[in-house]
Amino acid sequence: MLSIEKLNVSVGDKKILEDFNLKIGKGEVHAIMGPNGSGKSTLSYVLAGKDGYEVDGKIMFKNENIIELPADERAQKGIFLAFQYPIEIPGVFMNNFLKTSLNAVKKAKGQKEVDVVEFLSLVKQHAKKLGIKDEQLGRALNVGFSGGEKKRNEVLQMSLLEPDLAILDETDSGLDIDALKVVADGVNALRSPNRSFLIITHYQRLLDYIKPDYVHVMVNGTIVKTGCSKLAQELDKIGYKEFQKAI
Amino acid sequence: MSDNLIQEQIKQDYAYGFITDVESVRAPKGLNKEVIQFISKQKKEPQWLLEWRLKAFERLQSMTEPNWQKPQYPKIDYQALYYYSAPKGFKEGPKSLDEIDPEIKKTYEKLGIPLNEQKRLAGVAVDAVFDSVSVATTFKKKLEDIGIIFCSISEAVQKHPDLVKKYLGSVIPLTDHYFATLNSAVFTDGSFVYIPEGVRCPMELSTYFRINASNTGQFERTLIIADKGSYVSYLEGCTAPMRDENQLHAANVELVALDDAEIKYSTVQNWYPGDKEGKGGIYNFVTKRGICKGKNSKISWTQVETGSAITWKYPSCILQGDNSSGEFYSIAITNNYQKADTGTKMIHLGKNTKSRIISKGISAGHADNTYRGLVSIHSKASNAKNYTQCDSLLVGNLCGAHTVPYIDNKNSTSTTEHEATTSKISEEQLFYCKQRGLNQEEAVSLIVNGFCKEVLQQLPMEFAVEAQKLVSISLEGSVG
Ligand SMILES: Nc1ncnc2c1ncn2[C@@H]1O[C@H](COP(=O)(O)OP(=O)(O)O)[C@@H](O)[C@H]1O
Ligand SMILES: [Mg+2]
Repeated sequence: MLSIEKLNVSVGDKKILEDFNLKIGKGEVHAIMGPNGSGKSTLSYVLAGKDGYEVDGKIMFKNENIIELPADERAQKGIFLAFQYPIEIPGVFMNNFLKTSLNAVKKAKGQKEVDVVEFLSLVKQHAKKLGIKDEQLGRALNVGFSGGEKKRNEVLQMSLLEPDLAILDETDSGLDIDALKVVADGVNALRSPNRSFLIITHYQRLLDYIKPDYVHVMVNGTIVKTGCSKLAQELDKIGYKEFQKAI
Repeated sequence: MSDNLIQEQIKQDYAYGFITDVESVRAPKGLNKEVIQFISKQKKEPQWLLEWRLKAFERLQSMTEPNWQKPQYPKIDYQALYYYSAPKGFKEGPKSLDEIDPEIKKTYEKLGIPLNEQKRLAGVAVDAVFDSVSVATTFKKKLEDIGIIFCSISEAVQKHPDLVKKYLGSVIPLTDHYFATLNSAVFTDGSFVYIPEGVRCPMELSTYFRINASNTGQFERTLIIADKGSYVSYLEGCTAPMRDENQLHAANVELVALDDAEIKYSTVQNWYPGDKEGKGGIYNFVTKRGICKGKNSKISWTQVETGSAITWKYPSCILQGDNSSGEFYSIAITNNYQKADTGTKMIHLGKNTKSRIISKGISAGHADNTYRGLVSIHSKASNAKNYTQCDSLLVGNLCGAHTVPYIDNKNSTSTTEHEATTSKISEEQLFYCKQRGLNQEEAVSLIVNGFCKEVLQQLPMEFAVEAQKLVSISLEGSVG
């Protein structure tokens, strides 16, 4: 599904990712854990195609190097990023945004676009599962949403867009245990042999609910250790200090 | 395949920049008594109106153009303009639809004006002004049956002289200011609406103005009177062909609302804005003013201004009747080298008068956008209330936005409230949208339409969609 080879990313003089390599197979769930500032969010932005970085290396997605593609085309090809800090867009109602987005993706895939009626029934169905009230769908995108509401909204968008690769950047941070469960249920419901996940998290907590196939430890812009889901539990006990020292 | 209309339109340049090839009847070039007499004669006007025009012309000699506005423009040579241009064969006034020059019909079709029979069923009555003469008036019969008069002002002069005489110049006096006085001297055509007592106009009334002949100033005059307890919603839409030279457009619009009457006046202005380097385009120097003459009356201006090289106008309300209210909802979009200096004046004279101003200015490219507004509360206007909200949105780093509110409150029981914000479309917002599959243009359009929503919602339904499209089109290529 995804194969990152020798990815180097910097901003000005600052090197953020160095010789970063990662392979994610179809249907696999990978978790990346690491201390603050290790470059996890930057990785997610670069995969999604954000401008403003000097980027070098290969990002193979479904057998195509997408490194030159703009963000919208990557999204249309099936990459979804749940943002660590979802942005507020005043005046743009969530319903309208979600429908525009869904139809943009459907159109790119050559699928039939949904009309208002179809859309509303679809979105309400997904929202209900995630404990999102209809009322929230009529509000401006992320404006005045609580931390938890913003994160649920990200998962809602993921459910609607049905990406092939979903990257979740600290979707668990700032969630209480109930919200965490709802988010994890949302992700688990989407797990399928055709869909891969890259779950970036700070804590092992989320991985109690979403069992990853692989866990990677990322420090200073590169992966320093890879293991199975047990690695997450170890990390929780010993912390990242060991790995930071090793570098 | 994509059949998305917005996308299609974004790709084109100014889509309405065609010139219709019809012979026209013109007054000789220049501004003088003879030209005014020529216009008046062409229109078979009564003596009083000719005298009225000449009085305005006289007055004009001692006036100078105002120069306090922000956008500067090269000096206009008033002697080099034509003040009257009528497509040949239309001297005798409106004819039936079948007799309209096919070239003109085609023009209207390109503009999407619902002139033909099927489209009439859409419920829009159109008084189309082609250059200076009203070409076709639809729906007239249906409106006549309930006593509504909707015709060209020339026709009204002939058929309803008492109403015209009583109200013409009653809101914008002959002596008002340079461009308004110029209009009074040379106005050629425009719409006239009278809604009788207690009648609620059952459809949107609409006029499309169009400047066609080159070197022609267009000076329409519109007069709308809503008698006691009546209601009317009127929409004006404008486009003009592409030309290198600048063209002057100096219209006067007067609204009169009597006791308990309501007038809703909406404008979608899409005059040619000039090219990407700022060459050509319309000077849109328009005077629009309404008076809430009677108690409990209401006048609401909604404008979507996306065109013109320079837009310079302040649709205003004189709130004379007690409990009357005035509203101004505005979207002004400037891109490339366009300039806008626009806003409103709310003059509170009566007790318990209310006004509400919502202005959304969007600036992109090298454009400059100024909101200028006056809220004046006179000493007798007790318990008057004003609320003003001015929001500016910047797209890119080279454009400007300015807010110039004047507040003059002479009554201690009255209150004014002013809020202003300036924001920018951020890279983060654009990235978020793109990550969800929207391209640059779709993202900007979505954000800008969101920003303008409060105003777009004020437009009659059937025009809101069109206005939204226009908003997207006019910002084409503004980012990235
Ligand atoms: N645009 C940028 N310009 C300069 N430095 C940046 C930029 N983005 C991120 N960084 C730096 O790169 C490092 C990694 O940041 P980030 O990817 O946000 O880490 P994480 O998500 O793992 O906490 C940090 O030191 C951060 O300050
Ligand atoms: Mg981060």
